Amino acid sequence: MNRRAFLQAGHICSFTERAGVVIFSQLMDWTITTFILISAIKTLAIIFGVVLPMVSYTVYAERKVSALIQDRIGPNRVGLPLTLFGGKKDFSFFGLVQPIADAVKLLIKEDFTPGHVNKFYYWLAPALGVAPALITLAVIPFGSVLNLDPILIPLGQKLGMDLGFGNIPMVIANVDIGVLFIFAIASVGVYGIVLAGWSANSKYPFLGGIRSSSQMISYELSLGLSVIPIFLLIGNLNLSTIVQYQIENGWLILPFGPFGPHFFTLQRFLLWIPMLISFLVFTVAMFAETNRLPFDLPEAEQELVGGYHTEYSSMKFALFFLGEYAAMIAGSSVIVTLFFGAWHFWGIPDGTVGGLAGLFWGLVNIAVFFGKVAVLLIFFIWVRWTLPRFRYDQLMKLGWYFFFELALVNIFLAAIILAFVK
Amino acid sequence: MAYTVARPKMTLAEKLYLPAIVAGLAITAKHFKNMILGRTKVLMQYPEEKWDAHMPEHYRGAPTLVKDEHDRERCVACQLCEFICPPRAITITPGELPTESKFAKVEKYPEEFKIDMIRCIYCGLCEEVCPEQAIFLRKDYAITGLTRAEMVHDKAKLYELGGEMNGLVHKWNPLK
Repeated sequence: MNRRAFLQAGHICSFTERAGVVIFSQLMDWTITTFILISAIKTLAIIFGVVLPMVSYTVYAERKVSALIQDRIGPNRVGLPLTLFGGKKDFSFFGLVQPIADAVKLLIKEDFTPGHVNKFYYWLAPALGVAPALITLAVIPFGSVLNLDPILIPLGQKLGMDLGFGNIPMVIANVDIGVLFIFAIASVGVYGIVLAGWSANSKYPFLGGIRSSSQMISYELSLGLSVIPIFLLIGNLNLSTIVQYQIENGWLILPFGPFGPHFFTLQRFLLWIPMLISFLVFTVAMFAETNRLPFDLPEAEQELVGGYHTEYSSMKFALFFLGEYAAMIAGSSVIVTLFFGAWHFWGIPDGTVGGLAGLFWGLVNIAVFFGKVAVLLIFFIWVRWTLPRFRYDQLMKLGWYFFFELALVNIFLAAIILAFVK
Repeated sequence: MAYTVARPKMTLAEKLYLPAIVAGLAITAKHFKNMILGRTKVLMQYPEEKWDAHMPEHYRGAPTLVKDEHDRERCVACQLCEFICPPRAITITPGELPTESKFAKVEKYPEEFKIDMIRCIYCGLCEEVCPEQAIFLRKDYAITGLTRAEMVHDKAKLYELGGEMNGLVHKWNPLK
């Protein structure tokens, strides 16, 4: 068993199967070590290289866009303080260094634990708030493949090692239950909020926690039901397969792309309708799931003094903040993967071309994916600064009386179209 | 008596709520676009741009002491301002004029004149009550300091801020 083929497969399940095959082979140590090493590098790169900076700059974008929408200017001061070091002029760069200043402020603030809280859960809650959002990113295919051979093989020859890894798939864990995994982990996110509200032992956080649990449970139903038409159509839960289907047959939200073999058929045209409904329900449910306005009942500053994180300060508060924005990024990634063809864009080849060109296109694919995510994040922000908050009964009514039924009917609609229209 | 509030009858579009959302998004997008294109006139960028040029004559800034055109201090330490000051920001130490002075035993002078700018409420009563027209509210508004002691304006500071004021009362002016 060749380790290059092994890595290209990149499946967790196939990993266990093949691990059984190669268990006595001399390659085994090297293969498993390489697999773990590459996964670890991908995880670290995606979390510290992409997601955390993206969180910081989403916060910056949030402040800047909200300011521009409200006819203000927003953060425009923090930059290079050259005058501190004897320079003539400070450079502000439109306040682009603001997130760093915010992070430093949160880090050096006093980390105060009130005396009346339940210490264990009070400490546990911020971690539970941030972890699920980061874990869901594990199964998202954020790029096609990255072939580092043109750089690593010459380097390896100098070092006397074989560093050829072939095409490395740009997904941390290519599991076959992709979407189910995301739903399972994302629903754990509610524990952070509920525990924070409950352990704070104070009435406003408690109300925030209660609201959050009922809200997230209600909207998770429509979230889960709304994607079933996609699986009826594609017949697979693996996110990479869903992306592959969209490359071959057009994005689910845009089945007739400007290029490629996206020929017109009646079935495809009719299926567009349930897909649009799916997209609408999924996006709205995602807003509720990530506690964004117009569904930010759990933290409603005006009613609940900040809701579940009222009693938190310093880095523990920052973790909730980070978790919220990481959940937004994870949610946008899922929407992009399911409906917008993930890293695919018409006319851009994927990373399997080989050579330096393949490396370049592999990086372009990753950039396309995060570009799409960024557009969706801007949309999230735009909606937040446009719509007022729902009243609590309206929120529940919308979830149970409207979106739940809509998602349910949508499944039958998709099934009927798939069964009777060829 | 209980009565029924008449609810407005909503059309289908209003009930669906989606057209309203789209209209709202269009409004915010318009504001965003106008800001990006620089069509909206927004606030002054404070430290770089100031409204000092547009300040009205009656503006009440920091209280200061003024001298007359012969560089003599007007204040005679009558302490009226100290007594009228609502937050008790003013502290005056009156002193006797030296015997060789023409006005010895006639007037006093302030040995020390302190205004605590942390307490001052810029009400202007000191200016109003002063019989000698020695204390005036000038246009300085950005009074800052790093310590409490720095925020107490002493006599030197008050004269520095106040400067000279001509053409007022000339009760003691022999040249007149």
